[in-house]
Amino acid sequence: MDPTTIDTAPHVERELLEVNLGPQHPSTHGVFRMQATLDGETIVKLKPVMGYLHRNHEQIGEGITYIASFPFTDRLDYFNAMSNNFGLALAIEKLGGIPVAERGEYLRAIMAELTRLVNHTAVIGFLLNDMGAFGTPLLYAFREREKILDLFEAASGSRMMCNYVRPGGVREDVPEGWLAQAKQLVDGYPRFLDEFEALLTQNEIVRQRAQRVGILPRELAISASVTGPMLRASGVNYDIRKVDGYSIYPTCSFKVPLGTVGDVYDRYYVRILEMRESVKILQQALKAVPGGPAISSKGAAISRAPRTFRPPKGDAYGRIEAPKGELGFYLVSDGSPQPYRYHIRAPSFINLTVLEDLCLGHKVGDVIIILGSVDIVLGEVDR
Amino acid sequence: MLPSAEQLKSSIEHSLPGVAITPEGAVLVVEPKDLITVCRHLKHHEPFFMDYVANVTAVDYPNEQRMDLVYHLYSMHHKHGPMTLRVKLNRARPVVASVTPLWRGAEFQEREVYDLFGVQFEGHPDLRRILMWEGFEGHPMRKDYVVEDQDAPLPHPR
Repeated sequence: MDPTTIDTAPHVERELLEVNLGPQHPSTHGVFRMQATLDGETIVKLKPVMGYLHRNHEQIGEGITYIASFPFTDRLDYFNAMSNNFGLALAIEKLGGIPVAERGEYLRAIMAELTRLVNHTAVIGFLLNDMGAFGTPLLYAFREREKILDLFEAASGSRMMCNYVRPGGVREDVPEGWLAQAKQLVDGYPRFLDEFEALLTQNEIVRQRAQRVGILPRELAISASVTGPMLRASGVNYDIRKVDGYSIYPTCSFKVPLGTVGDVYDRYYVRILEMRESVKILQQALKAVPGGPAISSKGAAISRAPRTFRPPKGDAYGRIEAPKGELGFYLVSDGSPQPYRYHIRAPSFINLTVLEDLCLGHKVGDVIIILGSVDIVLGEVDR
Repeated sequence: MLPSAEQLKSSIEHSLPGVAITPEGAVLVVEPKDLITVCRHLKHHEPFFMDYVANVTAVDYPNEQRMDLVYHLYSMHHKHGPMTLRVKLNRARPVVASVTPLWRGAEFQEREVYDLFGVQFEGHPDLRRILMWEGFEGHPMRKDYVVEDQDAPLPHPR
């Protein structure tokens, strides 16, 4: 056979290949499936399939009292129990007009910011794991996370399922010496971030893998209701802590870090910068914690006797800037001790809307890190 | 800051002749046939510019034979909100136009409402169940849904 004909020769059959990534796969961060259609190695279609962890959390919430839902919210985004509690507490306060004790307001904002450190540290560790840096960055991240979980345990009695925030404040005051311990940890955190960044931010492999991959354009991010660090990495200045000015945030000075490109690298770097801002908020808040009760008398009364809490007929939507984005609770009251309707607007569920748009045209290996940079927790996606 | 519900009503009715809006507290009740017109107006026109649909959900009222859809709209541009829209549907035949062509963010949320409440969204690009599996019968968030016998074996999903 004439060697020159080999290149141009026979007609090569091309066909699309359908591959299921997950549901049992370490890169899906839980039980989550991506139905990918491949042309060679390139993604031409990708449909997320979820619901494997669905337990109809909302229906459970409609069958129990408002206060009894708090332990269930811990299990939504199980990395961030404190912020989940906080979101529900805000919605209940709005619905029932419950005043908040000032010390409680500080304590729960401190908890929410510590949670943000936990979440962003862990998610960067996982993201690096997805990129192929097996173990090392993740273990650095978990080493720091453990220290914060120790603080959570001291305050609430539980490391992950904290069940700590209540309408009107927090369930109980922090133990003696806790604030000093927290201050020590927070003051040492920038050193860890420097170390983390020295390993990662300018790392050639990280940049090769993450830059210009999974770009989320600004307009799509807004129209697809993407929130949290993912939205801000696309350059949209929208942080609910600034916009709604809830809790103690109006009294703290902090910046909202923004990305420029909206790729995986920006989503990584915005999270690093957000942690640095959280450290600033924590330092200001820890200095300013006032004395007094940790929960208002009305909040304490309904926490002790949940069936006596009958909010007036009506509805309320409370939302916070959770580490993953806008966490909203929509409550409808019919005047009984149980909510008539209890709905959760879960940030990582809605952030998945754009997963297909981010992955199209990329290789299978990139899909894994794009999903890692979206930052999902299936307890919250599936509810 | 957004104006009060009464002012919103007169402002919207002034710009969109033929549209009727009933304020209920801070909530604006919109007729199902007007939903898309009102949403398009709110999204694209000053002073609203509601470019962000934060939350879409439903509330079931079997005693009054209705199914309400609730939309929480915000503006990322002007940083104001929420504006709460409520659409009251006939529970026997809950059909409404999809807002997904206006806001992509409604895509999964409307699929969730379809899955758990059985509301049909006309014009939705991909209306399938999202949390329950294909082949599941009924809509579990409806108030009259009977929770199945826990001991009965479930049909295996395809």
